Amino acid sequence: MATAAPANAMWGSGSGRLHHQTISVIVENRSGVLARVAALFARRGFNIISLAVAPTDDEAFSRVTIVVDLQETSVEQLTKQLFKLVNVVKITEMPPGEALERELALVSVRCAPPGAPGPSRGEVGDLVRIFGGSVVDVGQEALTVMLAAEPSVLDDFEELLRPYGIIDIQRTGRVALPKLERQAFRRGRGTAGGEK
Amino acid sequence: MQLTGAQALIKSLEMEHTEVIFGLPGGAILPAYDPILDSPIRHVLVRHEQGAGHMAEGYAHVTGRPGVAMVTSGPGATNLVTALCDAYMDSVPVVAITGQVSRPVIGTDSFQEADTVGITRSVTKHNELLMSAEEVPLAVRQAFLLATTGRPGPVLLDVPKDVLQEKTEWYWPTDDEVSASLPGYKPTTKGHPRMVREAARLIAASERPVIYAGGGILKARAAEALRSLAEITRAPVVTTLMARGAFPDSHPQCLGMPGMHGNYAAITAMQEADLLIALGARFDDRVTGQVSTFAPAAKVVHVDIDPAELGKIRQPDVPIVGDCRLVIEEIVRVLAASGEPQADRGAWWARVNQWRERFPLHYEPQAEGEALKPQAVIEAIRDASPADTTVVAGVGQHQMWASQFWRFEEPYTWVNSGGLGTMGFAVPAAIGAKVGRPDRTVWAIDGDGCFQMTAHELVTASSERIPIKVAILNNAYLGMVRQWQELFYKERYSEVYLSPDLPDYVKWAEAMGCAAFRAETPADVAAVVDKANAIDDRPVVIDFRTDANEKVFPMVPAGASNSDVIVHPSQRPGGEEVVQ
Repeated sequence: MATAAPANAMWGSGSGRLHHQTISVIVENRSGVLARVAALFARRGFNIISLAVAPTDDEAFSRVTIVVDLQETSVEQLTKQLFKLVNVVKITEMPPGEALERELALVSVRCAPPGAPGPSRGEVGDLVRIFGGSVVDVGQEALTVMLAAEPSVLDDFEELLRPYGIIDIQRTGRVALPKLERQAFRRGRGTAGGEK
Repeated sequence: MQLTGAQALIKSLEMEHTEVIFGLPGGAILPAYDPILDSPIRHVLVRHEQGAGHMAEGYAHVTGRPGVAMVTSGPGATNLVTALCDAYMDSVPVVAITGQVSRPVIGTDSFQEADTVGITRSVTKHNELLMSAEEVPLAVRQAFLLATTGRPGPVLLDVPKDVLQEKTEWYWPTDDEVSASLPGYKPTTKGHPRMVREAARLIAASERPVIYAGGGILKARAAEALRSLAEITRAPVVTTLMARGAFPDSHPQCLGMPGMHGNYAAITAMQEADLLIALGARFDDRVTGQVSTFAPAAKVVHVDIDPAELGKIRQPDVPIVGDCRLVIEEIVRVLAASGEPQADRGAWWARVNQWRERFPLHYEPQAEGEALKPQAVIEAIRDASPADTTVVAGVGQHQMWASQFWRFEEPYTWVNSGGLGTMGFAVPAAIGAKVGRPDRTVWAIDGDGCFQMTAHELVTASSERIPIKVAILNNAYLGMVRQWQELFYKERYSEVYLSPDLPDYVKWAEAMGCAAFRAETPADVAAVVDKANAIDDRPVVIDFRTDANEKVFPMVPAGASNSDVIVHPSQRPGGEEVVQ
């Protein structure tokens, strides 16, 4: 993906995320488990920035991806308390920089129909293409576009779309996996092409 | 063999060696009450579901086995919540069974429906809503396993009425099936060997160690291990409110209870220590006072079965996750094997003994014409009762005096509500304790405020022939609140007066089938305590008229540093003033 660099440089919006830590929690896929996780955060006063849940490849388990602010929350306490939940099977802490994070956004944005004054579909479409997103719906005076990217890139994308007039935006919250082992990464740099 | 869900439930409880269920039937749980008629399990019919919960706790405290409470849906379940929370805070193994409305009407606000699993989620170690009769045996096995292993606690099973009525093929799951069904549950019991060695090294080198023994010692059946550790290290031992009895009060190394109303020597030894050996303790605010000034020079070895306790309040230098008994035994083994001499603690003991001599627990003797001293009443009961008497307290001044002035020599002789501080705990918990250990004399030391909250359970005790003894220290006040208003609210007494005569405790107790006495003079005290100890066929209640001005000392005001202990006025150089 060749997306991130220009936007970050322009907007610098990624800086607040330095303190964000992603925690990936494998839980038993049973009714009420998400409520237990959410109740624990409320009970212990942990603030969360985002939370995403989905089944894993093994249907007995789901992955809950939680993002917290390290400055507000003791990740050690949070993971220890989470692990006390009987239905929590595994917790992976992913410090900033060690997680591969992606988030998806759907944005409905205004654009003028052909011939009318104002930014055209083409203008909005160009911006979407620069970011590597796609247009998923076309209306008379609006487009709905989609972008899956690192969260900071989504921030930039959102800011750049704003002047056109955002009608609606829905972001999914982050999902993440740990970066592959560093050793493999280093080896890969010279030979197989690695991750970049 | 085809069984109904209800039969499978009761049979599962039998398979888990349940001797007694404390409960009260109602609509949704009705099917489960039918097979009880054919079961060897004893059922104790309570008068209010909260009582069932505290009885289950009292039973669990003295036996180490999980107490079982069974109630109906809706109000039955909500009435149980306080007891569940109490058990959760004090890590008491309890299995609660609640009826639920039938599956098709769950979520429709049907009669006596409550979201029990939702309501009790944060006050149980685990809870489950069972959605088929087939699940019942495995769920019961899981509940007993979860309640009793790792950090113990309450587990609740919510069982819809039609699940109880549904037929299922009986099947008792194996150990392997139970552990496979709980993939996320693997408590660590054995301490990390490197951490154990590190702990032993710190202990051997410490010149001013204090063993800070918490309730986890009792949960882990580690009293003997604690004694070996104490004797090999010669370190002073403090026993928290939850650990009274874990180390004998008569032992020369025992400094008694630390914390807000602890013994001066216990509080101060912790403040001045260079090493705290925290065993199954959780640095509760009632022990630490202001955390930032607590035991400022001490390194900390912290042993707990619950990893979340390590570093929650105080960062340990040596954290050890594990079962207290196993870890202490390992530390003792390493200390004994190393053969290294322990640091010289002569100077430390000289200081500790000075504090003990200068600031023993103290109260002024009763003056002519004044009301009884509550502390003297407790001492009179103590001296007239068997050494292995189980003492159960409510919450407040009487609880602190009971902890201070009783002499606990054996583990599992002290039952109280420490973490949640549940007024009204004493009477039902004493009933549960007596059911669990019928061979032991059980004295509930209660306050008049507490007694009024759950006294009705004496009807249960009378009808079930459970001969507990209840000492009401009747000072006609919510005494601990009064004490705070006296010391911190300029003696502006707001809503704390209760009256000594309303209700008439003797008549009330008699109406509930108890023997009842009143004591107003020291001569009365000795006589009625002897009478009470001689009665073994029904509960006894004694209304002791005590001095409302009596306060619990020493005291560390809430949020203050443990270095600023308020001692008894007679022990202060400056006389009567209160140290801020």
